[in-house]
Amino acid sequence: MENVSHPTPPPPPPSEGASGDALSLTTAYEPLVLMELIQRLKVRDVMTHSVVSVERCIPLWEAQRLMKEKHISGIPVVEEGRLFGLVSMEDIICAIEGGYIAQPCGHYMTTKLVVLEDDMPLSFAIHYFDRFHFGRFPVLNRDRLLVGIVCQRDINRALLDELSKEFSRMEKSVARTTPPDIGPTTYMLREFPVAKYDFENAGKAANAIKTAMLERKFPPKMVRRVAVAAYELEINLVVHSDGGMLTWQIGNGRSEVVAQDKGPGIEDVAWACRDGTSTANEWIRSLGFGAGLGLVNVKRVSDSFEITSKVGVGTTVRSIVNIGAPLEEQE
Amino acid sequence: MKLSEFVETTGFEVLCLPDASVMVEEGYTSDLLSDVVSNCPEDSVLITVQNHTNSIAVCTLVEAVAIVITHDREITKEMIELARQEEIALFRTPLSQFQATCVVASVLNGAIE
Repeated sequence: MENVSHPTPPPPPPSEGASGDALSLTTAYEPLVLMELIQRLKVRDVMTHSVVSVERCIPLWEAQRLMKEKHISGIPVVEEGRLFGLVSMEDIICAIEGGYIAQPCGHYMTTKLVVLEDDMPLSFAIHYFDRFHFGRFPVLNRDRLLVGIVCQRDINRALLDELSKEFSRMEKSVARTTPPDIGPTTYMLREFPVAKYDFENAGKAANAIKTAMLERKFPPKMVRRVAVAAYELEINLVVHSDGGMLTWQIGNGRSEVVAQDKGPGIEDVAWACRDGTSTANEWIRSLGFGAGLGLVNVKRVSDSFEITSKVGVGTTVRSIVNIGAPLEEQE
Repeated sequence: MKLSEFVETTGFEVLCLPDASVMVEEGYTSDLLSDVVSNCPEDSVLITVQNHTNSIAVCTLVEAVAIVITHDREITKEMIELARQEEIALFRTPLSQFQATCVVASVLNGAIE
């Protein structure tokens, strides 16, 4: 297994840069649902489990025949579950040109491989495709055995599947929670999944809420109060929770932001709500978070503030701001 | 004061300046993002050591127009790209927050007088 490098593989040779259409997620600007998905899904959820492979003694022409028959562009070279290398289309072309197509795969396979582990988040796989421009990555389990292979098509298919499930869940949720007596009052509902320690996307939900309110012409001062509450609750989910959901709705002249998480829960809620108290560690503080101002800020901007928490279960914080009607409805 | 004039007068290094005609009216100095969210006025320049993308997110939220990163701290491509996306100017200086604040205060006060 010395020939399998991980996790800091060598840069790919120039000839490997053939896939100009690499799936690339910049992560900073993608919708939160998608970001949550690529963190939650593991490589094993998207990979092809039944891998076509050859042994080292098999001639290259046999690998070529299998690639043609199975419509694949690369075959791992495996013995007793252990990955030794990979024969790619390029290796085959070189073998035909060089007249050694009858030689064993073991002699001419690519041995400097970049591999993924099956319990890595999908985001790793996407970054690897972006960074290395290989067409596929073999996937190993914790025992370093080959358990699958992943190509960009696998990722696209899995994401489309999951996104369509997510959309139908969101549609049902909106249909369920929209009150029947909306009347002329503006009504909106948005849900933002927030992942633990996802500092990269922290603040996006609050900014989305702010933008939506400004577009609806709510008074800027009201918008700022709601945005501050949403921001602080979003950051709390990132810094302190094991992940959760930020829900925002407006209706009947009120804006309600609810942060609900899946744990770990707060032991002393009164202490946590005090100015300057925080359980944040040093590195979180060094980023400018965890100063113990968050819940204090939420309370300050809210007309109504509630917090309930149970250790081992989770925390729910609700902030209500009376916002009245949008300016255009007031006119 | 226009950002173009602000840059010229302060001599801060420009990392991103999406619109030099944007007006900067005030300054705010803080490294605590909750403090910035609560108290930073609109159309401000934020002076901070926080050289990461969350500073941009906070400025977008409070409608600050620019950030000055002090102590010549390293700034990632991601931060510059997000600043461009969010149309927030990004500057850098070897000065401390205190020194940078003094410079910004004198420049902005001069503009008011």
